[in-house]
Amino acid sequence: MARIGVYVCHCGTNIAATVDVKKVTEYARGFESVVVARDYDFVCSDPGQELIRNDIKELGLNRIIVAACSPLMHEVTFRRVCAQAGLNPYLFEMVNIREHCSWVHKDGDLATEKAEALIRAAVRRVLYHEPLEAKEIPVNPNTLVVGGGIAGIQAALEIADSEHKVYLVEREASIGGHMMQLDKTFPTLDCSACILTPKMSSVGAHPYIELMTYSEVEQVSGYIGNFKVKVRRKARYVDQDKCTGCAECVKGCIAEVDSEFDVGLGKRKAVYIPFPQAVPNKYVIDKSACFRCRACEPFCEADAIDLEQDDEIVELEVGSIVLATGYDVFDPSVISQYGYGRYDNVVTALQFERMCSATGPTGGDIVLKDGQAPQSIAIIHCVGSRDKNYHEYCSRVCCMYALKFSHLIKERTDAEVYQMYIDMRCFGKGFEEFYDRLSEEGVKFIRGKVARVTDRALTEEEQGKLTVCVADPILGGMIRVPVDMVILCIALQPRPDTDQVARLFNIGKSRDGFFLERHPKLDPIATLTDGVFVVGCCQGPKDIPDTVAQASAGAARILALISKGTLTSDPMTATIDSMRCIGCLLCTEVCPFSAINSEISADGRTVAVINESLCKGCGLCVATCRPGAANLRGFTQQQLLAEVMAL
Amino acid sequence: MAVINPFKEAADAIIEAGGEPVKSCYQCGLCTGICPWNLVRSFMTQRLIHQAQFGLVDLENEDIWLCATCAACVERCPRNVEIIDIMRAIRRIGVLGGVTPKALRTTMTSIGTVGNPWGEAREKRADWAKGLDIKMFTEGTEWLFAPCCTPAYDPRARRIAIAAVNVLKKAGVDFGILGPEESCCGESARKAGDEDLFQSLAKNNIEVFTRNGVSKILTLSPHCYHAFKNEYPGLGGNFEVIHYTQFLAQLIDEGKIKPTKELNKKVAYHDSCYLGRHNKIYDEPRKILNSIPGLELIELPDSGPDSLCCGGGGGRIWMETKKEERFSDIRIEQAIDVGAEVLAVSCPYCMLNFDDSLLTMEKGDAIEIRDILELLQAAI
Repeated sequence: MARIGVYVCHCGTNIAATVDVKKVTEYARGFESVVVARDYDFVCSDPGQELIRNDIKELGLNRIIVAACSPLMHEVTFRRVCAQAGLNPYLFEMVNIREHCSWVHKDGDLATEKAEALIRAAVRRVLYHEPLEAKEIPVNPNTLVVGGGIAGIQAALEIADSEHKVYLVEREASIGGHMMQLDKTFPTLDCSACILTPKMSSVGAHPYIELMTYSEVEQVSGYIGNFKVKVRRKARYVDQDKCTGCAECVKGCIAEVDSEFDVGLGKRKAVYIPFPQAVPNKYVIDKSACFRCRACEPFCEADAIDLEQDDEIVELEVGSIVLATGYDVFDPSVISQYGYGRYDNVVTALQFERMCSATGPTGGDIVLKDGQAPQSIAIIHCVGSRDKNYHEYCSRVCCMYALKFSHLIKERTDAEVYQMYIDMRCFGKGFEEFYDRLSEEGVKFIRGKVARVTDRALTEEEQGKLTVCVADPILGGMIRVPVDMVILCIALQPRPDTDQVARLFNIGKSRDGFFLERHPKLDPIATLTDGVFVVGCCQGPKDIPDTVAQASAGAARILALISKGTLTSDPMTATIDSMRCIGCLLCTEVCPFSAINSEISADGRTVAVINESLCKGCGLCVATCRPGAANLRGFTQQQLLAEVMAL
Repeated sequence: MAVINPFKEAADAIIEAGGEPVKSCYQCGLCTGICPWNLVRSFMTQRLIHQAQFGLVDLENEDIWLCATCAACVERCPRNVEIIDIMRAIRRIGVLGGVTPKALRTTMTSIGTVGNPWGEAREKRADWAKGLDIKMFTEGTEWLFAPCCTPAYDPRARRIAIAAVNVLKKAGVDFGILGPEESCCGESARKAGDEDLFQSLAKNNIEVFTRNGVSKILTLSPHCYHAFKNEYPGLGGNFEVIHYTQFLAQLIDEGKIKPTKELNKKVAYHDSCYLGRHNKIYDEPRKILNSIPGLELIELPDSGPDSLCCGGGGGRIWMETKKEERFSDIRIEQAIDVGAEVLAVSCPYCMLNFDDSLLTMEKGDAIEIRDILELLQAAI
């Protein structure tokens, strides 16, 4: 026998200004099953909540209806109130007479009628509510971190430092990522490798981190707290246990290819280590470049070369996954006006980083292709960014690194430096001050997006130079700036395999092509798949402090889950009556969460079974099921029918 | 103290006239940087746009008639601002305000009264075809051949139309002309700001075409192509429109045209703005040239989407451009520099401008200007 309490909220004037809350409350009172109906200014307030709790205890209420704002706002609040009063929280129903009524209708009479109708529907519905119990699912305390750049390293260290196991999977032969390629970092001008390598070392030595480099994730199944992951450990052709990192093998190797680490400015051998400070400090043979001539073998005193190695598949079980796969850089060859690929001394920002780096192809000397020192350098902003023809978004880091480059150039050469920019975006801590410092170093700023870079000289001055043509609005016309070198501030862009990775981990992409976060403001770390988090540039371009912050946030989320040890699952999941199920398995095809499996029932029939841990209660299977075997707790056919019939 | 005061009514008027795109501009100045005018003088495209936003355009200034609508700016604008629409909107206000330059005013009057910009009699529109045995278009003829006012009336460009019909006949194409019934397509009139003239021309042409049973139009000029294909549908004129380069490239593919005679020349192809940037037709003209035996196709610097405008669009073909300020002069130099013997074009305006440049630069012997049709004609 239902004993319903109805609470109609004024929400100040949000509801009461349009809906006649007194009339609505009186209307609710009229139902036989409604024991008490009250209206109140702010039901969500402490006294409001206390009202409900008291009524439940003193009037023996067994169903609660609150007619107020959207369930998204306060369903959790009122469910908690019920639980506190000893009533199962799922015997509660929230009616939205604000977002669905008072906020969208102007006619008070009609709005009141509608509010009454909605409450009537709820009164009919709650009769069919059943108490539901949330389940506790155990959570595997291991974590998988995919990507060993600064984001992955930070997340891994934070979780591992709490003495929980982390598997760190990195595609390249060493961890370090793009940050390892940088020379100095803005605005402090710290040496990038110097601040990164201690962290890399910690990862390598950490008792709680199992580092798998030269490896890739191949398959992911399961759900939050219980993921199963297959990782392919690519064959290195060098026995990692024997390799001492002595580098003798390189002397023997005759196969040479462009170095990816040096962005094509230098070469490496087929047997190589990406950079001197690699972690692990073990060599690897690039299968696609190797001639299999074995010229390296005699040089290896540790007898570590093993060309017969095979890839190895390992299976991991983890409770949470962090994606820290980083970014790629835009190829400016498509912008024919800038001459990248045509002119020797037009370089990208990443190439210039390598040039500045002591471990780079020029040993840190800023020189032209022919080895001469440049007398003048132009830095062009927004190449591929802020441009609807390529990437509409702003890449966030380029204005700052352009300033950094200016400083490095002024420090190491006598060159004149020009920056052609549209806006100077110096938003972070110490950034504007850095900009000021650079202005004092004599860098010349021109506010204009460069139209072209040309080697066709119009004056004596321009002979043998690259002339940058840009309109200066303050001077009031076109200016031609002859320089020796042009640096293009290229966009950060999503990696080419973003689609495959997204599909692998069942997450989405935002319009700009980076991984989609759960909420752009309030949750930039979680994704729409529980248990999978995105940190660092794979979620969107950002600098090192923001990446580290995001990685730490991801780690914190995961540690919270691990520390809780179990997950409370939402009990509003689908159910299948196996007696009615005819085994057509159409539901398995429509389920977006792969939460339905086929099994053989006790009486030997093929039936569909819901995996309640994966089920999100979307109801697609219920709509699809012909024999009506599927139902949804909290949204049963009976509840929905009652609601609709009442309307 | 000189303070700049925005003029809201003027700004609103420009927006109403079609200048809505000013809102998207973020003042980067790329348009100024890439505008061909800045190769020969100073022209601040970004300033005109900014002035339009604040209603501060000086309508008396001749600068507002400079834009040749070549779309170099539109091609590269990072905000995809339709800059040509802004120019058109400003010019519309100019036309309504009676500040149209004299040369343009004369042309518009001519188009309005006799249906062509050259002041020639309407009845003479098909005179170029005399003696060439071309049929008049009737119901059932497959293609309407639209020669464009320039080849129809201008003696220098006439050879393009003649070459065209020779090639079409050899290929056995069923085509006809409408002659005096048709009028100028109006494309340049619209770009020059005379929207009313354009609309009346378009509606008239649409009526004439429809009445005569036209469904497919083959154009000589990229400007007519652009108007019929992109601008007429908005006024109720839906036809299947093709430019001769697309059409002939197709026929060559199908083997219906077989260039067999050798033409041993180094030819540089100039991408016209209205085929190239406006309509993305870059490959077909090259395909035709490459099909001619013995012809060596050379790429000019600034080709394809980077092509340097000849200076003829936006109504400028009817205006006087100072000798030191002609883009076509620069283009001829470029062609000579790459060792071309022939500069191939696919647009009557380009032909007129390059012909003029050759004459005034006194480089008559250095290079020939030929339409692709003339080269093809010689090869079949």
